[in-house]
Amino acid sequence: MSARPRVGLFVTCLVDLVRPQIGFAAVKLLEQAGCDVEIPAVQTCCGQPAWNAGADGHAGDIARAVIAAFEGFDHVVAPSGSCAGMIKRHYPEVFANDAAWLARARALAQKTHELMSFLVKVRGVTGVPAQFAQKVCYHDSCSSLREMGVKAEPRALLASVGGLSIVELADPQTCCGFGGLFSVKYPEISERMADDKIADAGATGADTLIGGDLGCLLHLAGRMKRQGKTLAVRHAAEVLADMGGEPALGETGQ
Amino acid sequence: MNQDPREFPQNARAALNDPLLRPALGRLKTHFGAGRAAAVARYGDFEALREAGRDIRDYAVTHLDELLIAFEASVNARGGTVHWARDAAEARRLILSILQDAGARTVTKGKSMVTEEIALNPFLEANGIVPVETDLGEYIIQLRKEPPSHIIAPAFHLSKEQVADTFREAHTELDPARPLTERNALVQEARAMLRRQFESADAGITGANFLSAAEGAAIIVTNEGNGDLTRLLPKTHIVVTGIEKVVADMDDVAVLLRLLPRSATGQPISTYVSVMAGPRGCGEADGPEDFHVVLVDNGRSKLIGTEAQDVLRCIRCSACINHCPVYGAIGGHAYGATYMGPIGAALNPGMMSVAEAGHHANASTFCGRCAEVCPVLIPLPKIMRHWRAVEYAGGLAPKTIVRGLGIWAFAAKRPALYRFGASLLARILKMIGRGGTVHALPVMHGWFAVRDFPAPQGKTFQAQWRARR
Repeated sequence: MSARPRVGLFVTCLVDLVRPQIGFAAVKLLEQAGCDVEIPAVQTCCGQPAWNAGADGHAGDIARAVIAAFEGFDHVVAPSGSCAGMIKRHYPEVFANDAAWLARARALAQKTHELMSFLVKVRGVTGVPAQFAQKVCYHDSCSSLREMGVKAEPRALLASVGGLSIVELADPQTCCGFGGLFSVKYPEISERMADDKIADAGATGADTLIGGDLGCLLHLAGRMKRQGKTLAVRHAAEVLADMGGEPALGETGQ
Repeated sequence: MNQDPREFPQNARAALNDPLLRPALGRLKTHFGAGRAAAVARYGDFEALREAGRDIRDYAVTHLDELLIAFEASVNARGGTVHWARDAAEARRLILSILQDAGARTVTKGKSMVTEEIALNPFLEANGIVPVETDLGEYIIQLRKEPPSHIIAPAFHLSKEQVADTFREAHTELDPARPLTERNALVQEARAMLRRQFESADAGITGANFLSAAEGAAIIVTNEGNGDLTRLLPKTHIVVTGIEKVVADMDDVAVLLRLLPRSATGQPISTYVSVMAGPRGCGEADGPEDFHVVLVDNGRSKLIGTEAQDVLRCIRCSACINHCPVYGAIGGHAYGATYMGPIGAALNPGMMSVAEAGHHANASTFCGRCAEVCPVLIPLPKIMRHWRAVEYAGGLAPKTIVRGLGIWAFAAKRPALYRFGASLLARILKMIGRGGTVHALPVMHGWFAVRDFPAPQGKTFQAQWRARR
């Protein structure tokens, strides 16, 4: 038995603020998978909002702090394809003209993973001891799907959850319209894209929409709340960690 | 809708509220998306083909000077003439002067986005020359006095009922009671009307999908055959195209011809592929007496050597547009520019300016679908992000965004302050969102315009984690 790998959990700013339960679920899943999990207190955000807005100075400052805080771990894991994608795919672009930091950014990118793909591909997890007796549909975030190449892993893990059945969206490749600041800058376009996704999810007859990126989920849950729709929204980690009994996004459980 | 890219947000809102646009855009997936997917699956190693296409186009973009000079020499050797246009105004003047020298009064046109880009038709009309669009979609929108809403399907935004109404209004010499409910009836009517134009035109203008430097040839793909009638019947043929369309030789063209129709419509090959090289030769039955090529720069060459250079690889297949969820929501007119969707978002800020077309680069979720389907592997989101960085550095980004990012970044760089702020914010939002959701806040108007915000669970993760350990 090899030594337990030291995993730095990149909690993500949205999980930290809105849905800490996802962070605890990620810790539980990683520990179940034989990892020692540490959470650097200095982490704030991956810097993606700045990078995508073209605020390269801010993005660079934040990226340097993340690299310094996480480069000592064996692996860096985020319960988000979007934040993991920022570190893995875009940090090297942030430092394209800075050789010293580029080397450190590439080294960190090498060992950065989205949570579910890390569990399956790196730790060989094939199933989880969890129960969730619902019909669910899975929303692939664009960054998980296209930047991180994550598609089969969440489905494989969810299939092992007791009582859970998965139905596929008709159009799983199409963006839900979140896009970070896009959702604020072009709300009506974002709204139309959300409504198309929500209609697709509704047509599956699922009880719960599950995803791996809290950004998309806040956007979709927030839109459905505004419309008075009742499809529940949760992060996959909660269900996989057997924490699906807590109120869904935007619910109080009362 | 206003043809001004600065008014993109208003135009997009109008498009979203247009009840006729929705069903038209709904056809994107069935019409183009499914076709491309099937064609790619049938081809085999399409990835290798894309890489070959990228390499060919990359070579062209990085050897543009050599290839263009070679192209001109080849055209001259065949008895044709090459004209160089630095910008739209020069291109318009050159074309007008060729037409005036030929004594042309009417000119048929094959579909050409570059002539849209340089706003050729209104200029010709103002100078007493009648341009007649012969591509069915272009013909329809010319009658309606609209710009194209799509680079290969200019009338994609219209239903066949709208087209029937347009024909009834325009073709007043025909029996008003004729049936026009079937698609075929519309096509037949347009053919009959256009046939007269083909026979009487003094000159023909086409675009080019590719230029072959070695052969001095321009190549176009069409499905209607209108390109051949436009170029072969009149005495004078003018090819109007962008300087970046040149490649080394017909071997390169052959590779790109495998990529283009599959990526565009899902066809293994277009119905017609026309290779146009020089005027009619000795003993040849068809062809123009004069052959001209107008090469338009209009902002292209200034992209070479910049972070946006790769956008010049584009072969205008429209795959990025067809798969773009933003285009799928608002269509093409909202962009207020010749090039729409992801290719417009990557190209327009460079060819126009960031001040003018900044919205195009910002109106993307960076979902990456465009880059995934691009036949020449253009990193479209990366180029859009480059324009955002240019905009931000130039002080052109919206003040609310800059201020908001500034406050957030100030905190994000100070972990202790950030933890304090996040804890406070989580508590406040939980308090406001007692029913589980926050319905409105005095900030983030864009968010709350269309959706609620799920209330935080209470304490931040960091606070809870440190309390537990």
